[in-house]
Amino acid sequence: MTLSLLFEQLLNGLQLGTMLFLMASGLTLVFGVMGLINLAHGSFYMTGAFVTAWVTGTTGNFWVGLLAGMLAAAAVGAVVEFAVIRRLYHRDHLDQVLATFALILIFSEGTRWLYGSSPLWLNVPDSLAGSVMLPFGVEYPLYRLAIIGMGVLIAMGLYLLISRTRLGMRIRAGENDREMIGALGVDISTLYTLVFALGAGLAGLAGATIGALQSVQVGMGEPVLILAFVVIVIGGIGSIKGALVGALLVGVVDTLGRVLLPDLFKLFMEASAASGVGAAIASMLIYILMAIILIFKPNGLFAVKH
Amino acid sequence: MTQSHSLTATDPARSARFRLDREGWISLSLLLILVVGASAAYLAGESFFVNLATRMVIIALAGVGLNLALGFGGMVSFGHAAYFGLGGYVAGIGAFHAFDMTPALGIPFLPNGSDQLIPLWLTAIALCGLLAYGIGRLSLGTSGVYFIMITLAFAQMIYYFAISWPTYGGEDGLPIYIRNQLWGLNTNNSLVFFFLCFGLLMLALSFCHRLLGSRFGAALTMARLNPVRLATSGVEPRPIKLVAFVISGMITGLAGALFADLNGFVGTSMLDWHRSGEIMVIVILGGVGRLYGPVAGAMLFVAMEFWLGGLTEYWQFFLGLVLLAVVLFARGGVFGLLAGRSRHE
Amino acid sequence: MNEAVLSIQNLNKRFGALHATKEVSINVMPGEIHALIGPNGAGKSTLIAQIAGTLPPDSGSLWLDGQSLDSLSVAARARLGLGRSFQVSSLAESLSVRRNVMMAVQALQGSSFRFWKPVNNDASLREPADAVLAQMALTDRADTPVAELSHGERRQVEVACALALKPKVLLLDEPMAGLGPEGTAKLTTLLETLKHQVPILLIEHDMDAVFRLADRISVLVAGEVIAHGNSDTIRNDPNVREAYLGDDHA
Repeated sequence: MTLSLLFEQLLNGLQLGTMLFLMASGLTLVFGVMGLINLAHGSFYMTGAFVTAWVTGTTGNFWVGLLAGMLAAAAVGAVVEFAVIRRLYHRDHLDQVLATFALILIFSEGTRWLYGSSPLWLNVPDSLAGSVMLPFGVEYPLYRLAIIGMGVLIAMGLYLLISRTRLGMRIRAGENDREMIGALGVDISTLYTLVFALGAGLAGLAGATIGALQSVQVGMGEPVLILAFVVIVIGGIGSIKGALVGALLVGVVDTLGRVLLPDLFKLFMEASAASGVGAAIASMLIYILMAIILIFKPNGLFAVKH
Repeated sequence: MTQSHSLTATDPARSARFRLDREGWISLSLLLILVVGASAAYLAGESFFVNLATRMVIIALAGVGLNLALGFGGMVSFGHAAYFGLGGYVAGIGAFHAFDMTPALGIPFLPNGSDQLIPLWLTAIALCGLLAYGIGRLSLGTSGVYFIMITLAFAQMIYYFAISWPTYGGEDGLPIYIRNQLWGLNTNNSLVFFFLCFGLLMLALSFCHRLLGSRFGAALTMARLNPVRLATSGVEPRPIKLVAFVISGMITGLAGALFADLNGFVGTSMLDWHRSGEIMVIVILGGVGRLYGPVAGAMLFVAMEFWLGGLTEYWQFFLGLVLLAVVLFARGGVFGLLAGRSRHE
Repeated sequence: MNEAVLSIQNLNKRFGALHATKEVSINVMPGEIHALIGPNGAGKSTLIAQIAGTLPPDSGSLWLDGQSLDSLSVAARARLGLGRSFQVSSLAESLSVRRNVMMAVQALQGSSFRFWKPVNNDASLREPADAVLAQMALTDRADTPVAELSHGERRQVEVACALALKPKVLLLDEPMAGLGPEGTAKLTTLLETLKHQVPILLIEHDMDAVFRLADRISVLVAGEVIAHGNSDTIRNDPNVREAYLGDDHA
């Protein structure tokens, strides 16, 4: 385990964390402001990736595709909010889980119907192809660095939005007392649609950017969705700061775990068994982490008080 | 003494014994449809349809387990696939080692697996009970969406564990070549196996009915409706919920063992979160907190799976639409629609 | 000298800079109604939460019939004999009145881990429940779901549930709140007879009821007990008049 390999994997962990943060921030905002669990969030991720792949393929321009993907995801989010989600705000969590689970089926199979099961292609744009020399002798893909950079920008942007704008004020007020802001005359419906669309747009952005690294296919959002839920539970549902900390924690722990654990087990087990056991534990690692955190802090690290 | 219909629906201890209300008639009809349908299919030589009925029964049993925790106990577990899968793997591993004549799990002092159903069922029930105890102990300190997520997390843990364990098939799963045996019965006969599963379903339903009408059931109902009231009356809610959770896991685990034998196969798909969602779906479809709700839900779900699946390979799209419609517009599920006031408030 | 049934000693609770409960000491003697009054924001809810067990105090101790309540759960305190009614009714709305009361009877009788015998026709549960309902004049509402009851009737059910526990002390949190004059009169009469059966710590805003019912009164202002005595003492205490009775309290 060389230092350069460790550093490289750390960066990979941060990149994963960035992407998880995009997903988790939308999820946690929606839950914090509207009290809604949305299992279909992964579908927005998928939508962003698909639209970006398709538009990039048609226009030949990645940036146009990326913008289109993000806007499409936000638009789809707004439509879904208007048609379905707003009927669920007053329902209990079980109904929300079921309804959004139904949405996953509709989105996934619907997408499969439209595009088929084979993956779409999306390539890293030329301007971001290639690698960069970093400390510790690591040659790191520029694109991945760009993703981390984007994450920083988005985190700052969200922070400014929440703390400095009127929209942010309404969001914070809504998180604290849902009924009250309605009574104070804030247009709740529009606020909720905006928040939901914002979350969906962020998810779409995540999907679009990762689509260039992995393949764009139906169901790509689901593993990410589960991870995002783990992130917001660890971070504390409703807290953007929690989403950031949780996302980076999960990203780094997961990535480093997968790399380090098999090597760790090789110290006292023979190689093939060590790989097997190491890989098994590594894939369970973040769930174990979540369970441990919940035992000591049942509402996550930065729980929002209501 | 008036007995309003809403009381019957919401108060399990009050369900009539000898008089049947509308819910009772529907429940009875569902059972009859299953029995008559399976028998008729068998006589017509259509063992495929007998197996379809068996599938309905087994999935209903899984739902009966979940309904105890979710519908009657108010614990929304999104991780019941863990028990379903564990039960299945008990049946599969048992058969594997019996076939191989090697000790279970490779541990020398354990028996050489088993191809006998009763020991397999008992082992599945015991292990699932232990697992549910562990998960329940750790999870019941949380509530609301955190509880949903932590139960999901534990199930995911077990899922990833199973995928990584190559001895028992890993991602590919484990076949069961010869169906496990029970005394002298020919379990390979589709109707025989149907009635075995049906018998277990009836046993589970009777057991739950009895349980829910007892003092424990009254405490569980109160734990769901108003845990503050329960505590103020002098009963700790957590141990009550834990016991219900454990029993719930045991019943779903038994269903898993049967499912593996039905299909001659156990795989990691029995453990994934879609499966947990599916079991929840059938409970909701039938009507949360209705004793026979999972029976209705399972019959509806498997029928749709079969019928829609025959029409289009994108049948899950339509399943999603139906499910969405049920959640939005038919809140009490099948029983809510047919038998009146839903208890799912 | 009679031993206090419920003894609260030097209870303290802080929320950051707010000293919500300041060295509060109150006791409830057998056969009495001890009223706790105070303006809004005095810290009554916080105090009740600490007595009932939902909020741990920072310091101080609680004793019920000579047994320490410290670190006991809500359910454990109820089992020891602490009966409580809530300001905002906390009952199982969809269940009948009788079923709500039967739960308390069941808890009193011991283990809820009985899985076999149906509760519905269990005379050992119904009869004590019906007896309490009769005492509260709720017999003709026994089978009605709580959701269909009036505000005043729900209060009565709350008291019935507390009584069914055969408690050693009753903690009643603003039982008159929201009752009309008739309901208040009925409840007042009931409490007068009840006090001989079980002593009561009565938290109330309704001054007429308090002065009529209370054997002793403690006045809580800004977290501490500023006055203590019988009706006359309190009526004439200048501190109390200034802090509380001077306001329009109708």
